[in-house]
Amino acid sequence: MAKYATLEEAAKLIKDDMTVMIGGFMGCGNAHSLLDVISKSGVKNLTVISNDASMPNGPDGEDYYGIAKLVHNRQIKKLIVTHVGLNPEVAAQMNEGTLEVSLVPQGSLAEMVRAGGAGLGGILTPTGLGTMVEESEFACGRVEIDGKEFLMMKALKADIAIINGYQIDKAGNVIYKGTTRNFNQVMATAADLVIAEADNLVEIGTIEPENVMTPGILVDYIVERRKA
Amino acid sequence: MDKTMIKPFIAARVAQELKDGDVVNLGIGLPTFVPNYLPEGVHITLHAENGIVGCGPKPSAEEAQPMYVTDAGGATASVAKGGCFIDSSTSFALVRGGHVDCTVLGALEVDQEGNLANWIIPGKKVPGMGGAMDLVVGAKKVIIAMEHTAKGNPKILKKCTLPLTAVKCISKIITEMCVFEVTPDGLVLREYNPEFSIDDIKNATEADFIVADDAKEIKVALPGA
Repeated sequence: MAKYATLEEAAKLIKDDMTVMIGGFMGCGNAHSLLDVISKSGVKNLTVISNDASMPNGPDGEDYYGIAKLVHNRQIKKLIVTHVGLNPEVAAQMNEGTLEVSLVPQGSLAEMVRAGGAGLGGILTPTGLGTMVEESEFACGRVEIDGKEFLMMKALKADIAIINGYQIDKAGNVIYKGTTRNFNQVMATAADLVIAEADNLVEIGTIEPENVMTPGILVDYIVERRKA
Repeated sequence: MDKTMIKPFIAARVAQELKDGDVVNLGIGLPTFVPNYLPEGVHITLHAENGIVGCGPKPSAEEAQPMYVTDAGGATASVAKGGCFIDSSTSFALVRGGHVDCTVLGALEVDQEGNLANWIIPGKKVPGMGGAMDLVVGAKKVIIAMEHTAKGNPKILKKCTLPLTAVKCISKIITEMCVFEVTPDGLVLREYNPEFSIDDIKNATEADFIVADDAKEIKVALPGA
């Protein structure tokens, strides 16, 4: 059963050296309040699995949007991501040798996380064949099936997943709004512990069962987004 | 060619490739202009890999919901009537599963075998591949829309020198000079801009190419041109 936690309590669950999945896409669908608290918690040496490293400025001009706060405060030792082009601090830290970046194609990342959460060992995808992805730490060689070649990529799991939902009921059932669903939905399946930040925390029964996008059994802790 | 007309010209020619009902994913930059030039009666469904099937028009500042609805470039977006939002796994299932008819992307380099390099310049620019590798492997038709040269240097090569995005994935290359189709026999010049001679095109292209017997002039209708 999902438990309610304050942002501060939830942030303490993230310990040094953990592997953390963070849902979101260029900051859209990041758990902004929780990431803000984590960015001030002093936790370090995190391995972060995410689509990207967000961008230095948010849409309302806020400094360091979402994950970018953790990059800026140098709390990440390794990023497993698909794209970092919109956050120049990543390239700077890579060049200094203080941040390792492991790039994975976006569709492969989504499916590797899905596999991790679905009890599969990996995926077979045509994406990345004949490219540098074949040298990725997650690539396990080619497999031929019915005459067609595929690249085998390992499944991904994490210690903690940090997701963001628009409506979350007190049983942990989640509805995502707009394009915030992105990686949040698969990441909720692929970590030992899942913390979900609710834009709106609602009573059980508010969300119609057929509209639930992430079942509450996957969510361990619910935190509430700070109201602006 | 007037420099300011190059991008509209290419976008307008790319638009002719799209058929009514196509599901299309557009890369950043030049490809995003393509919908402005769709022929009358051609309606397409735009896929944004971060999770929109059926993108609507760019929202005004008042309508925009930057916290909730953005496109794959992180800019504010909207969903069209009848469109929907999906998660990343479903989004790329659509891409790799053959449910996207066409993708239009830019390139750093392409070559005569249809190889594409558009995601990294080692040691200089390492933005990451994002969804590009999946898109060019999965979309039924891959159109490269780009300026023919980069500061006068050929981008259409015999063999790509930069790390590849995917192998033998390109269907067509559309530039301000010409339209190349990638065939098992190599590049075939199907159409050309009459402002350039075949020799001009040869001089701006490192790759070998065949000029189709029925090669014709590119015809686009540009507002104000």
